[in-house]
Amino acid sequence: MTALLEVSDLVKTFGTGEAETRVLRGLSLTLEKGEMAALLGPSGSGKSTLLTILGTLMKPTSGHYTMLGQDLVAADDRALTEFRNCHIGFVFQFHNLLPDFTALENVVFPTAVRMGRETPAALQRGRELLTRMGLEARIDFPSANLSGGQKQRVAVARALMNQPELVLADEPTGNLDRASATQVMDLIAEINRDEGTTFLISTHDEKIAGLCRRKIVVGDGVVTG
Amino acid sequence: MLYALKIATRYLTASKAQTALLVLGVAVGVFIFIFMSALIGGLAEFILSRTVGDISHVTITAEDSDPAVLIRPDGQVLAVTERGHARTATLADAATFIPLIETVPGVITVSPQITGAGFLTRGAQVAQVSVSGLEPGRESAILDLDGYTTQGSARLGSGLIVLGETLADDLSLRLGQTLRLQSSGGVSTVLTLSGIYNTGNGMIDASSTYVSLSTARTLFALPQGVTRIEIKLGDLNAADATALRIRALTGLDAVPWTDGAEQLMEALNAQAQTGYFLKSFALITIVIGVASALLLSTYRRRPEIGIMRAMGAGRGFVIFVFVTQGALIGLMGGLSGAALGYLALLPFPSRDAFEVGTLPMDITQGSYGLAITLTVIGAILASILPARAAARVDPVTAIGQ
Repeated sequence: MTALLEVSDLVKTFGTGEAETRVLRGLSLTLEKGEMAALLGPSGSGKSTLLTILGTLMKPTSGHYTMLGQDLVAADDRALTEFRNCHIGFVFQFHNLLPDFTALENVVFPTAVRMGRETPAALQRGRELLTRMGLEARIDFPSANLSGGQKQRVAVARALMNQPELVLADEPTGNLDRASATQVMDLIAEINRDEGTTFLISTHDEKIAGLCRRKIVVGDGVVTG
Repeated sequence: MLYALKIATRYLTASKAQTALLVLGVAVGVFIFIFMSALIGGLAEFILSRTVGDISHVTITAEDSDPAVLIRPDGQVLAVTERGHARTATLADAATFIPLIETVPGVITVSPQITGAGFLTRGAQVAQVSVSGLEPGRESAILDLDGYTTQGSARLGSGLIVLGETLADDLSLRLGQTLRLQSSGGVSTVLTLSGIYNTGNGMIDASSTYVSLSTARTLFALPQGVTRIEIKLGDLNAADATALRIRALTGLDAVPWTDGAEQLMEALNAQAQTGYFLKSFALITIVIGVASALLLSTYRRRPEIGIMRAMGAGRGFVIFVFVTQGALIGLMGGLSGAALGYLALLPFPSRDAFEVGTLPMDITQGSYGLAITLTVIGAILASILPARAAARVDPVTAIGQ
């Protein structure tokens, strides 16, 4: 396998002076293409901060981060936005769908925002993804009218829309009942297996972590296992 | 940026009541703008028509010839011809110029006249009057004599005179009675009172008399030419430009009505300035309303903006979404306000039929296009601040809310 991303000596601090908090303390990590890894660690260990930096939503205070051969620490906001749109998908704990849009409109958003319109090809892929998620009957439903599990499956479809190399999932099942959680995780595992998409899943749930082939444990701002 | 337009539209339709209120607020501002434009414009038209509607818009008067000086080669002045007080300067070639002036664009009518002063005598009563000799058939070319005539007829002919009600009352005159008119040059003639008018202007009604051009020639001893050419225009405001054009065309000293009407022009300008202030306030209200509503919307939609940013929407895209919302609100409010304004102005009488006791609203001066354009521009400008605020939303913080 080849490396998808590499971070080294990653430091992230918040605040200044006496109020300064060092969340990441020289963290280093490599993720291979096609991996499905669980990110474990107690609250406050720096898991969410690491996911945010890997998702290019935040820059580290210092350290190196390269993905697909691109230096993402030196890149400007415009370049990071384009990179994120093309290569990274997100699944949040609280689905974070656009409430005034239908399930299909939410799914095609990452492509439409890049193309400037909802192309027929994007709508076709969006429908296929929702069908794969078992939501073919909910394609044109307003997202606000979907159940929690359905919303999370829409969020997974949206994360996959632009066929990203990496999907970052922050507690994707943390807000779901057991059945819905299993359904979502089965889908993630299936996509990882069939399409080779790399998943990094932050979770407290040992069962969810058990579905992942690799476990990365973060403690006190560094990888401990 | 069709997609940004779609999102902007969706945001507006998602909060229908809020959007409707916002559009209504903008529409009220536009309505005020249009109402004020029609009122100020109509008022100006009304004042102008009442003050200068019955006067000449461009006047050509003969210039007195300069005193002639006869000088010997050695510089000694031999003789000086002084300007005579009793002589009246004439436009000897008026007949040549009149057809030329009539072809100037904007000129409605041309009235050649012989004017002067005189004394009206009826028995022992004497009144000093101004005398205007008009071409029969063109009596109403400048002052609407026909319209103001209350007794008899305004039609002028040989041996006939038309005068104002006040003057007729002062001299106890009735239609058909004869009177003597003596010109300032000492020529007198007996005339028959054929018409009495009432313009409502005390000065005209008390001292202006009208005779035929041929009668005036006799009175003022002018066998040819006229002393004055009065010109009426379709557009009062074009007087300056038309006077310049006539001057260039004929070489005559054409004077627009605005010369010597500085006070009236100042008053009209002050009125127009007041209108600009009121319309500016209406626009400022629109801008503040749109800006505050969109700022609230930005705050309410922070999480969604964060999601969009996380999904790859650039700052420019976010700005475009909010600016488009502003433009749409401005357009909808502008069109609604313009329609409301037009409908509200419909019941008012047209500019040609202003009635005493009603507001002189001029529906044609509503500045509808300007109101809509300024509103859209104002709304776009108003949305820039909220749009920039939206673009600065930190996706990490916003998603975490």
